[in-house]
Amino acid sequence: MLRPEPAVGVSVPKHEGHDKVTGRALYVDDLRMAGMLHGRTVRSSVPRGIIRRIEFDPAFDWGGVVIAGHQDIPGENVVVHVLEDQPLLAAHEIRHADEAILLVAHADAERAEAARHAVRVEVEPLEPVLTIEDALSARVKLWGEDNVFKEIRIACGDVEAGFGAADVVVEGVYHCGHQEQLYIENNGMIAERTAEGGIVVRGSLQCPYFVHHALVRMLGLPPEKVRVIQTVTGGGFGGKEDYPSVIGGHAALLAWKSGRPVKVVYDRLEDIAATTKRHPARIRVRTGLKRDGTLIATEVDVVMDGGAYVTLSPVVLSRGAIHAAGPYRCPNVSIRARCVATNTPPSGAFRGFGVPQTQYAMESHLNRVAAELGLDPLALRRRNAYVVGDVTPTGQTLRESVGAQEVLERTAERAGWAEKRRRYARENAAAARAERAGRFAPGGRRLRRGIGLAFAWHGAGFTGSGEVRLNSLAALELAPGGRPRVLVANVEIGQGAITVFTQLVGERLGVPPPLVLVETPDTGLVPNSGPTVASRTTMVVGGLLEQCARGMRERLELFVERPLRGGPDFQRVARRFLARRGPLRVERRYQKPPGVEWSDETYRGDAYACFSYAAIAVEVEVDLDTGEVRVLRATTAQDVGRAIHPVLVTGQIEGGTLQGLGYALLEEVRWKDGRVWNYQLTNYVIPTAVDAPPIEVVIVECPYSGGPFGAKGVGELPMDVPAGAVVEAVAHATGVRLDEIPVTPERLLRALARAAEAR
Amino acid sequence: MRAPLSTLEVVRPRNLEHALALLHESQDGERLVPLAGGTDLYVSLNAGVVPGKRFLDLSGLRELRGVRRRDGGLALGALTTFSEIREHPGVRRRYPALAAAAAEIGAWQIQNRATLGGNIANASPAGDSLPVLLAFEAVVRARSVRGPRDVPFTGLFRGYRDLALESDELITAVSLPPLGRALHFFRKVGTRRAQSISKVVFCGLLSLGRDGRVDLVRIALGSVAPVTLRARRAEQVLLGARPSAAAAAAARAALLEDIAPIDDIRSDRDYRLLVSGNVLEQFLRTAAPRFVTR
Amino acid sequence: MSPAVTLSFTVNGRRRRVRVPPMKRLLDVLREDCGLTGTKEGCGEGECGACTVLVNGLAVNSCLVPAVQAGGARILTVEGLARRSRLSVLQRTFIEGGGTQCGICTPGILVTAYALLRRTRGRVPREDEVRAALAGNLCRCTGYQKIVDAVRVAARRTGTRRPGGTRGRSRGKKGARR
Repeated sequence: MLRPEPAVGVSVPKHEGHDKVTGRALYVDDLRMAGMLHGRTVRSSVPRGIIRRIEFDPAFDWGGVVIAGHQDIPGENVVVHVLEDQPLLAAHEIRHADEAILLVAHADAERAEAARHAVRVEVEPLEPVLTIEDALSARVKLWGEDNVFKEIRIACGDVEAGFGAADVVVEGVYHCGHQEQLYIENNGMIAERTAEGGIVVRGSLQCPYFVHHALVRMLGLPPEKVRVIQTVTGGGFGGKEDYPSVIGGHAALLAWKSGRPVKVVYDRLEDIAATTKRHPARIRVRTGLKRDGTLIATEVDVVMDGGAYVTLSPVVLSRGAIHAAGPYRCPNVSIRARCVATNTPPSGAFRGFGVPQTQYAMESHLNRVAAELGLDPLALRRRNAYVVGDVTPTGQTLRESVGAQEVLERTAERAGWAEKRRRYARENAAAARAERAGRFAPGGRRLRRGIGLAFAWHGAGFTGSGEVRLNSLAALELAPGGRPRVLVANVEIGQGAITVFTQLVGERLGVPPPLVLVETPDTGLVPNSGPTVASRTTMVVGGLLEQCARGMRERLELFVERPLRGGPDFQRVARRFLARRGPLRVERRYQKPPGVEWSDETYRGDAYACFSYAAIAVEVEVDLDTGEVRVLRATTAQDVGRAIHPVLVTGQIEGGTLQGLGYALLEEVRWKDGRVWNYQLTNYVIPTAVDAPPIEVVIVECPYSGGPFGAKGVGELPMDVPAGAVVEAVAHATGVRLDEIPVTPERLLRALARAAEAR
Repeated sequence: MRAPLSTLEVVRPRNLEHALALLHESQDGERLVPLAGGTDLYVSLNAGVVPGKRFLDLSGLRELRGVRRRDGGLALGALTTFSEIREHPGVRRRYPALAAAAAEIGAWQIQNRATLGGNIANASPAGDSLPVLLAFEAVVRARSVRGPRDVPFTGLFRGYRDLALESDELITAVSLPPLGRALHFFRKVGTRRAQSISKVVFCGLLSLGRDGRVDLVRIALGSVAPVTLRARRAEQVLLGARPSAAAAAAARAALLEDIAPIDDIRSDRDYRLLVSGNVLEQFLRTAAPRFVTR
Repeated sequence: MSPAVTLSFTVNGRRRRVRVPPMKRLLDVLREDCGLTGTKEGCGEGECGACTVLVNGLAVNSCLVPAVQAGGARILTVEGLARRSRLSVLQRTFIEGGGTQCGICTPGILVTAYALLRRTRGRVPREDEVRAALAGNLCRCTGYQKIVDAVRVAARRTGTRRPGGTRGRSRGKKGARR
């Protein structure tokens, strides 16, 4: 008897690949409906003020133009996230530039655009709060008495005693700014009323049920009358986690008022200016160590800029805080994290969700510490990195699946860390000598090379009691032809979720993955298995599907009283089952793993079911004449528990690494009078294929017993490590250590000039 | 796309003469806006900036195409694309700085459409081909119903986006004079390693005479002033000088007087001052090792 | 009254005739008037390359081309890469090798890569050549590594034509024949 080929751990052909390479895949802007209107949004041009008057240009031909304002909202003027402070449309107060005030729509897109310009909103400006420092000063109060949306404290041991016992104490302050997700497909939604008095919304999104929940409140409809369907989505990275509730609400409101289908698709300028971005942060790190590099005390103070409304900030802050001390054994830790309100477009989810910020700071800091102690950055990590049995600052014992030391070793080995640290230092000294003697690199350039290292961890799944609250439900049923069909709300956004689901289910059922169907993420058809965020899709939802598949197989094998024997056999048995017994649907609901305990009140316990780990070595070449940093190579080992699909896992790591390199070197949101200044793609700079280095990936597998086939999370982890490594590589190359990212040529040359003056 | 494209008219002339007549006639009413590759125009239209309602489509005018030998140098038709410039054997051999600039304008997709005439007419202070043409002392051939007119590049820019051309004149060709054996240097310092707008763009030509002194030096920069400019003071310091560290330092000091960079959306004044000086030194040391200052 | 012109051109080998405003973008003519939605808009300013098509063999940003200049042109879009239902070698290496994740940049990238492979026919382009050719196509998902690898693998496979017409086998999981 032939055993079916394994489906897990194999890079099976990607499920969605064919449609994408032929241009057949339909993204929201490819869809058109009869009678469809194009919606546009009238936005504020000032960051803070009171709406005094709205005027409609009498010279404009308003025929055929649908207008919707806050007074047209049938339900509540609120976009529900963690709190309910964000309105769908500004009614009286403007709290950030490009806040939505009014909606217009017309059958002709040009007329809709012209109508947008024909609305004049008179706003009496108020003094805005635009930076973290402004907010903390609380001179102008936007939220409560202190402008703090949320504060979190985590502590273990006694930091002051720890600092007292340390041989050396080092302190630093690190800054990181906004980062735009820059999915190549802009936000877009199409909404239409249904004959049954409901609404159906289709669009580019990560979380159908988040949008569903928001629409139910905005439209004041019963849940069964609201339907949300994901269209093929051209990238999300968190930028389509909560924002779709806003644009979906806008499209729905226009559709509701007009009775016609309405498409709202942003152009790039609007998407960059108005939608969510990564939270900026100012992070102070103080560490006390023994001379041999053993960490004794770590104190971190994080302040993040949440923008004008709370949205997801408490969750971003939480995750950032829990990871803030890094994956290091340390008996005395104190973390204080605050998120402040400013008059900027609300910050939101972006791959990493608070962790890239805190890991950048901690890793930059430890690299500085290594330099001050005269220690090898790798040796410093090795000495302190977690091993099985260690306890985190929230009191979580890491009982299994800790690939921390291994990712450090494999990264260092593959990158040739020790040899390159020595070689680049030697070559830089030689280059400096040669230049003094009149000899330069080809083209007369003055180049220096460096290699830097960073290390991070990333908890998989929702934080603390989050997964319990999500209460995810997944289902697996038999389709009429006898094929298994997956029913979940989790979406494909490029990461290969559908393919992975078919592998997990296929493996358990003993059938080839292509036999497994996956239903469209449509709230009318699938249960709420939670959002596609937080590196949870494979581990949590895939885990539920794996259990569903077990259940389905048991049922069918009981039915035929023998083991199933592969694809064709499965289908025959399934068809027979359907004919004799009727439908078969197996559901599984999330259960908290045994022994996992968390308290939201004390902020202590098992913050995540498990953590993934990553290390990266980044090699750079710096041009001393221009401050340009070229990344020569990135080498990274990442512990994902189990690589269900090695090519997809490698793809996530490569893509996330390049986004992290962009965060470290290129990407900066510039502001002018409280508005995004560089809203054109030509001025918001992301890496091209030429900027991207060769990226070498080593997959490390330390299986997690609670994950399907041992899998943990991988989606966000790669984003957490590049920045700290880049800063160190530049320091290795030039002797100058920056405390702010992106490491732009301007900042680097200023720092080099200051260093030269100081000598 | 924020401009009402469906309201925009296009006029397609039969030939150059017809185009010039149409352009001239339109000066009294709704002026025709010349349209070549469209790679700058459509970026403006996309942002909702509409330069006019009627466009004169030059793309079909064969008279504006082609690269020919002329007067010991080359004449490039105004509609020559940057791909054509980049790949033309004569340009690569004799005018390598121009081929280098062409290869750094946008990427393939832009180079296949953007034209030399368009880059000049757009007159952006960051235009990458402009410092090269200025250093070459290229000559713009313009034409109107009144006939042809040669405008030396050195006199072409009057001010920010202000060309010394009549509003009814079209650029028909650019002549590149013979340059002898000067060393060509081109460097664009952009916002990233490819497809970027320049923060500083630099072109230098230099040759040494038999006596070891500089007998030709041309230095032109973009993105460091409202117009692309020749660094005349720096050139003056260098012309006739023997390459030395002191000469390079003096040239650098003079350069800082020649340029007037600002803070803008891409970079800042201090960076541009520092980098312009550094790139000048890089140019000098590739031209003659004795210029080394360090 | 809106100006309009009648234009004829071929797209993917098929003759088309449309009547459109002369300054309408070629991108929109393809997507709306020709019903070919494979070519995408990512930025509208010629930065992202998602709108890349070939016009007379040259890769261009169709968001920057006025319709009136496409008259008489020979246009290739992503929909023209496959022969009926048979994917091209390039398309197949993209699927196999992870060259496409969310897919929104894929049509533009495939068209540019196709243009590159035509130019380098008979040899495998170097990594830096592929990257330079793709400089005008932004991808946010993949980090470009698998895209570059897929293009080079496709070049290698296309170039391994042995006399007699036998080609190298593809390396799909089940040893699928091409």
